[in-house]
Amino acid sequence: MSVFPWVAWYALRRYTAYPLSSVAESVTNTAFAFMRAYVLLALWQARPALGGYDVTDAITFCFLTQAMIGPVQIFRGLELSDRIRSGDVAIDLYRPVGLQGWWLADDLGRATAELLLRSGLPMVAGMLVFTLRPAGPWALAAFALALPLAVLVSFAIRYLVALAAFWLHDDRGLQAIALVMSLFFSGMILPLVVFPGWLGGIARALPWAALIQVPADIYLGKRTGSDLVAALGFQAAWAVALLAAGALLTVAARRKLVIHGG
Amino acid sequence: MPGGVVRVYGLLAWTWIRAAAQYPVSMVLLTFATAAVSMLDVAAIMVMFTRAPRIAGFTAPEVLFLYGTSALSFALADILFGTTERLGKHIREGTLDAMLVRPVSPLIQIATEDFSPRRLGKLVPASLVLALALPRLDVDWTAGRAVMIPAMVLAGVAIFSGLWVLTASLQFVLIDGHGATKSVTYGGAFLTQYPLSMFARDFVRGVTFAVPLAFVNWQPGLYVLDRADPLGLPEAARFASPAVAVVVCVLAGFVWRAGLRHYRSTGS
Amino acid sequence: MIEVAGVGKSFTVRRRAGRIRRSRTTVAAVDDVSFEVAAGEFVGYLGPNGAGKSTTIKMLTGILTPSSGSVRVCGLDPSRQRTTLARRIGVVFGQRTTLWWDLPLRDSLTLIRHLYRVDAAAHRARLAELTGLLELGPFLDTPVRQLSLGQRMRGDLAAALLHDPELLVLDEPTIGLDVVSKATVREFLARLNSERGTTILLTTHDLGDIERLCRRVMIIDHGRLAYDGDLSRLRATVDAGRMLVVEFARPCPPISLPDVIVERVQGPRQWLRLPRTANAAAVVAALADRHEVRDIALRDADIEDVVARLYRQVGTLAK
Repeated sequence: MSVFPWVAWYALRRYTAYPLSSVAESVTNTAFAFMRAYVLLALWQARPALGGYDVTDAITFCFLTQAMIGPVQIFRGLELSDRIRSGDVAIDLYRPVGLQGWWLADDLGRATAELLLRSGLPMVAGMLVFTLRPAGPWALAAFALALPLAVLVSFAIRYLVALAAFWLHDDRGLQAIALVMSLFFSGMILPLVVFPGWLGGIARALPWAALIQVPADIYLGKRTGSDLVAALGFQAAWAVALLAAGALLTVAARRKLVIHGG
Repeated sequence: MPGGVVRVYGLLAWTWIRAAAQYPVSMVLLTFATAAVSMLDVAAIMVMFTRAPRIAGFTAPEVLFLYGTSALSFALADILFGTTERLGKHIREGTLDAMLVRPVSPLIQIATEDFSPRRLGKLVPASLVLALALPRLDVDWTAGRAVMIPAMVLAGVAIFSGLWVLTASLQFVLIDGHGATKSVTYGGAFLTQYPLSMFARDFVRGVTFAVPLAFVNWQPGLYVLDRADPLGLPEAARFASPAVAVVVCVLAGFVWRAGLRHYRSTGS
Repeated sequence: MIEVAGVGKSFTVRRRAGRIRRSRTTVAAVDDVSFEVAAGEFVGYLGPNGAGKSTTIKMLTGILTPSSGSVRVCGLDPSRQRTTLARRIGVVFGQRTTLWWDLPLRDSLTLIRHLYRVDAAAHRARLAELTGLLELGPFLDTPVRQLSLGQRMRGDLAAALLHDPELLVLDEPTIGLDVVSKATVREFLARLNSERGTTILLTTHDLGDIERLCRRVMIIDHGRLAYDGDLSRLRATVDAGRMLVVEFARPCPPISLPDVIVERVQGPRQWLRLPRTANAAAVVAALADRHEVRDIALRDADIEDVVARLYRQVGTLAK
């Protein structure tokens, strides 16, 4: 049997070890969901039907995306960065298993743990206070595909950022830029449908859209039929491209470690 | 004694800055990156105003004025006391004990930890936005209004600082609670960037009377912008920020001491 | 220097009793402990894990408030006058550094100087002296996280001594150190005590530290002081006896003789423990009578044996 399911299982166990801490995080996620909802409510009062969303869509978007913060890991990078900085990555590289596969399995375990512990509260709280758009069975089924794809793209991006630490003296600056991109261009700060003209066009084509905006649109039933296939294809294409780039960079990193000794 | 505290704070912060300055390129990049992260919220506000001329009855310069005062207050408080949120980590790793065998308050030691010029990056967008928003405000500038601006920023710094210390102190008892207290600190910073009239009335009551975020910039801001208070609080509330700030800080000091006493009697 | 009278510290421990229910029990980590340490003494503080050593140290340094009894250190009440006391004592925790992880050692020491308000000239002189004694020179400008354990410990010692304290409290200073680093640290501490007259209280698991450094040992077990006195007297008090190592011509079953306890058998060799009262010559004669003996050696029990026996004795008393 492959080692990856075990890696994922241990990650799941590790990330569920402090459930209180995770629930505390989801309290803050929920608080922000309410604040963002009121801000969007004011905007939609001034501009009803903005970007093809109605008020219910906009509010549902806030709670849904705050529930996705944990699993899709918008705010944090990979622990791999710390291991590269401390040099412990050498141990990972000498394992007879691929570095990227190992960390992907670890991240999938983490995402599952955070989905279990952090995603419930924002959705339930939102439903109690507002009327949220209920997802139809098809939308829900499609979302069940879109969310793992979002985690894959998120992992692929964070893996690339983490590997950069092999070449950078101090990667904290890059980490911060990565945070800015993933917050702003995913739709986390403001739904991408609100972005005007060319800014909106660019934002919707970048890989970060696959993290939040695309799965949320699918959940809200905005993408159906061939459009739904295109949406999932968009996520899958970015996942494949970025994971491939990660694989190439892993080879380069391994070579650098062998030649320069880290 | 307060002079001594400021001196020690300054000396410790300066030592950290000197250490950070040994890698100037990283330091400059990090300052820019920090500035970029804190630009995000203002970018969101700008994007929203491309879609509507007024939101909740407020114009872009008015909202940016609220953003500027809130962000400036929060950035300064974050620079001074933001690292207190690491208290739980220090308790878990036992480094708090090391602070307790030194002759300086552990609060100052935690607050100055990792003090770096990159923290100043947060000030850049806040002051820039405030400087651009002020001349675009459609108000009758009186001496009172002009004085109110630095006064409200300072009161805001004190209120946010008090909230940093208060929420950090909770970690003496609820070590896993850090994630939730962020909704008061970071959440407060987010909330006060917008006109409070956007939010539900009970919510506004909560952030006026329970966690007094309304006194950071909303109540004094109503005076500057010459607007009526949707909650209908008396006129005096517009000028109550400094008094509220004092109460919050005294309370924070009290809770910190109580938390430390709890830690020293339980050792956990 | 240190006066401890009837001090106790109890903690409330919450245990999971059921799925949700939790039961609370009170555990006495330190129970009615009394001792005094005079200026200039070098005292070793021993005890198995969880015996109450660290809790005592934390009460002496003002980190923890005692539940009962009184503590005076340098004439001060540590829990009430923590910061005043902090200027007069130095504390080193072996398991974790008091230095700042990301700062070079030199900057950590500068921070310490500001914390203790040591003036610049005195700091420079003291730093130069400690740099020489502890051989800090080669790694003064290295970030602490990159230091080896031995280097870090020497850095921690320097940090604790920059303000020239009257009392130095060390919690397991040699834990995990290699032989060379251990020797450097021990030699430094011995000189500090004899030349500068600094009072030193040291907790350790390494009995080598105690044998080399301490005239006096205190042993704590289950929160109670089990022994307080001279190291030499400890051997007499706890009759660990003597060890007779016999090598026979060929392996044979464990010896059975009155008063003799077989501690270990390894091939033809056997380790026999004799009580101090036993007649060694008679035992040797009896052995030679039954088996062919190649070699024989008689020595005092190791300090390890002595302490292990003491822990066992106290353990049975406590039960």
